[in-house]
Parts: sequence; structure tokens; C-alpha cells
Amino acid sequence: MSIIEVNHLTKYYGKARGIVDVSFNVEEGEIFGFIGPNGAGKSTTIRLFLSLIYPTKGDAKIFGKDCIKFGPEIRQEIGYLPSEVFYYEGMKVLDLLKYSASFYKKDCTKRLYELADLMELDLKRRIDDLSYGNKKKVGIVQGLLHQPKLIVLDEPTAGLDPLMQQKFFNLIREENKKGATVFFSSHILGEVQRMCNRVAIIKEGSIINIQDIKTLQKDNYKKIQISAIEIDEKRFEFDGVSKLEKVNGTLRFFYKGDINLLTRLISDIEISDVTIEDLTLEEIFMHYYE
Amino acid sequence: MNIYKHEFKTNLKSMVIWSASISCLIFIYMSISSSFSTNLTLLNNMMASFPKELLIAFGMTNMDWSTILGYFGLIFLFCQICLAIQASNYGFSLVSIEESEFTADFLLAKPVRRTKIMTSKLLSAITSLTITNIIVWISSFLFINMFNNGKEYQIKSLVLLLLSITVFQLFFLSVGMLISLLVKRVRSVTPFSMALVFGLYILNAFGGMIGEQSLEIISPFKHFDSQYILKNAAYDLPLVLISVTVIVISVAGSYVLYARRNIPSAV
Repeated sequence: MSIIEVNHLTKYYGKARGIVDVSFNVEEGEIFGFIGPNGAGKSTTIRLFLSLIYPTKGDAKIFGKDCIKFGPEIRQEIGYLPSEVFYYEGMKVLDLLKYSASFYKKDCTKRLYELADLMELDLKRRIDDLSYGNKKKVGIVQGLLHQPKLIVLDEPTAGLDPLMQQKFFNLIREENKKGATVFFSSHILGEVQRMCNRVAIIKEGSIINIQDIKTLQKDNYKKIQISAIEIDEKRFEFDGVSKLEKVNGTLRFFYKGDINLLTRLISDIEISDVTIEDLTLEEIFMHYYE
Repeated sequence: MNIYKHEFKTNLKSMVIWSASISCLIFIYMSISSSFSTNLTLLNNMMASFPKELLIAFGMTNMDWSTILGYFGLIFLFCQICLAIQASNYGFSLVSIEESEFTADFLLAKPVRRTKIMTSKLLSAITSLTITNIIVWISSFLFINMFNNGKEYQIKSLVLLLLSITVFQLFFLSVGMLISLLVKRVRSVTPFSMALVFGLYILNAFGGMIGEQSLEIISPFKHFDSQYILKNAAYDLPLVLISVTVIVISVAGSYVLYARRNIPSAV
């Protein structure tokens, strides 16, 4: 079953573009990455899911139900962690979390304390005394305490130290194993690469590619580096080669095409070293944006 | 119920401060009332020496200084201004505070309908305003009797005057709420409520000064003019109906606007 179905979703803020004709599905149990630079429309998409804003055209269904018509019902099972966390300043952490829990039908008390313990959160402190990172932890506990079926993360790791990030990712993986679907929006590609099964790449409001992370890396360009005492870069100027550059006798380029063609070419010359590797998500990403 | 309780706690401090201030105001003015009533001729001479426009602006024409209620009518105008500022503060901040403090993302991502959020918040604000209202009732009766030197006064007029508070408060609460939803973002509530309250107050005062009827007709300070109520022991019913109509339209409009509102993101 598709947990999220997005059909031709379009949002304009007056004349300013939010997203244009976005369509994709997120299947049950997936960790779905959603990547793109600032202003590409990641947050707009998420805010549409939560009916914080209303679409200009198209619709989104979550758990098979229209996310505007059945908004409150759907949100019983969504955990949302916004990119910037803001809470009622005068409140104590525990009061805020209890207030948050009071909206859900389930009893969340036990999970609340478990999560706070795991994230090393001091429940007695006031929200306005917390550092940015600690506020983020409140956000994490607040978003997960009702054990949601869909976890929506909008650039979740900003402000967390590497140790906490690790804990957070483990927590998300655990929830995923228990059956939660995760929608993970980020511009930090390393973490998406580590966490996600599939990614959608959004650029200027439109989806430009949706693929399995592994196929995205496999079916894409290879990064090739050849070192030789004497090498003529002209040999490698053929179809499928891009970004050819020669630095200190080392030839670097991206290649997409029949790999045999390339290995035959290489075997013709005397080389001292060769590496052929997959592109990192970052390089693929940069490629889409150039 | 959880939103209602949360809102009530948030407003509690401000409600206590407003109630205490208005109560103090009534106490102080009533405590000096006896000195006014003993020197009536002196006072009337002093009043006559003021320009007439000034007296109109402060609603002090037709004032009967010789009775305790005549004097209370003036104090009640000050109370009205305070009550109006309090009510419009609540109105302007009611839903806009979630956006200006960026907590809307938290609240609206919860499984709760926007109409329910609005209703809870509205009821909570009305509760706070009603408590202030009750304090004004108690203070008025208490301090009038305390400084009245046992003289008689018309209880019916006083009750009518105090009964007008509820509609008066609802006017500013609902209009403030509607305006806050019509504008894109309310960064700070105070300028908005000051503009609304003193704008409408001046409209009434100006109307009196230049004798123009059309302007003051939209001002609740005119609808619930204390001197009129005290003099006639009745409301100016058509004007009261204008207030009620404005309240109904504002509340209905606010629900419609909020249900459709695109919540701006924090960053």
C-alpha cells in the first residue's frame, strides 16, 4: 500500500512558485529521501501534507485518505519534526511534551519518558533556557512520542552534534523496523545516502528524478581516474565522457556508457594507476543541478 | 479541552493584571468622589471654564456631578478604554500569536481541526474577559457603596451600565480577531489594539465635537455611551444592534478565514 500518494500537487504563493505538478508515491515501510537545495519546495511539500497550507492544484493522499478532508484523522498517525523548532517559551519541557501527548488518543506517557531518556533530555528545564540543539531534541521526542505510522522529517539534523545525530538515526531506523514509514527531507546528502531506500530529487519546484539509491548510483556516471607518465587526454574525448580534466599527469572524468569500451582504451596505454568508482549522491546531485 | 486549558494558563497573568488595574482605578476615583460632591459649585464653575470641545471629547457633557452615578459614568469611560484594550489584545493575538511565535507548526500538525482550535481559544479568551467583567461588577458595587456616604442611587442604571460590558468586550475581541486574520502577519499586538481602541474612541469623540452622526455610529464607545445609559436608564437599542451585528459578522468571518488560511513558515 502507498502511504503517501501525491498527484500533480501544485502550490503558488500568490505569483511566487512553491511547487509545480509534483507526483510521487511513498510505499509502506520505506525510508524515502527528498533532496533539493533551499527554496526548491521541500518544506512546501511537507506543509501541504500536514495541511498547514492548501494546494493550488492537485492533491495528496496519506494512508489512502485526502490530506485536507481527513486532516485531523490522518495526523493522529503522523509524527512531524520541522526544520526550525519553536515552542511555547514559558513552558517546561515536560509540560510541553504532555500537552503534545494530550492531542493523541493513545497513552503516550511511557514512550515519552523512554524517548526523553534516550535523547538525554532534561524534562524540568524551561523551553526558553534550552539551546538550539536541545530544542531540537524536544522536537524529536514530541514528534515520536505517539509512535506514528508516518514520520515526516524536515532537515532534522541541523543543530544536533554528531553523537546525537547517530542516536537519532538509530532511533529512526528502529521505528522503521517496527513498521513506520519515513519521509526524510534534507540537503545533507550523506545522511540521505546512509538512511534512505529511494530518493526524489526536487529542483525549482519540480521533481527531476525518483530512483532507488543503489540504481541511482549504479546506472549513473562512473568516476574515473587514470594516472600515467604520458597520457593524451584527446584519446578520451568521446561520447559519454564529461568533465575531462588533467592535473599533474592524472586524468579525471565522468563516464556513462559501455564500460568495456573504456577498459579497452585504458589497456592500450601504460598506466601507473586506475580507479573506477560510483559517484556519491553529492556528485549526482551536483550533476542534476548544473 | 487541552487547548482551552493551555490558553487560559497563557492568559492568566495578563487577566489578573488587567482586573487588578481596573479595580484599582475604580477604587482611586471613587475614593476622591466625596471631595467632588462637597464642592459642587466650585466644580461646576471649573467645568464651565473648560472649552466645550474638550468636555465633549472626554464625554463630560451632560454630566450630572451631583450624583454618585453621574460621577461614576466618567470613571466607567476609563474602565471601558481599559476593557477595550484588554479585549482587543486577546483578539489580535488569539490565533496570530501561534504565527508570530512560530508555534503554529506545532499546534496545527496535531490531530485537531482548525475550527476546534479557534473555538477553544475563543472560549478561553471569553472566560478570561468574563472574570475581568465580574471583578468590575464587584469593584463597582463595593467601592460605590464604600464612598457613597449612604446616599441613594439608581441601582437599575448601574446594572444596565455594567451589563453592557459583555457585548463591549466581545466587540473588540471579535473585531481584533478578524483584523488579525485579514493581515498577513501580526508582529506585535500592542500597536494594533491601540490603534483600534483609540481610533474608535476618537471617532466617537470627534463625532460629538463636529456633530457628525455617520462616523460615531460604528464606535462601540457611542453604542454604550455611559451618560446616555445613565440618563435614560436604557440602551440606545439600534446602536446596540450594530455592535451585535459586527460581532456576529467578525466571528463568522474569522472562522471562514482561519479555515482557509495558509500558515506562513517560520523561516
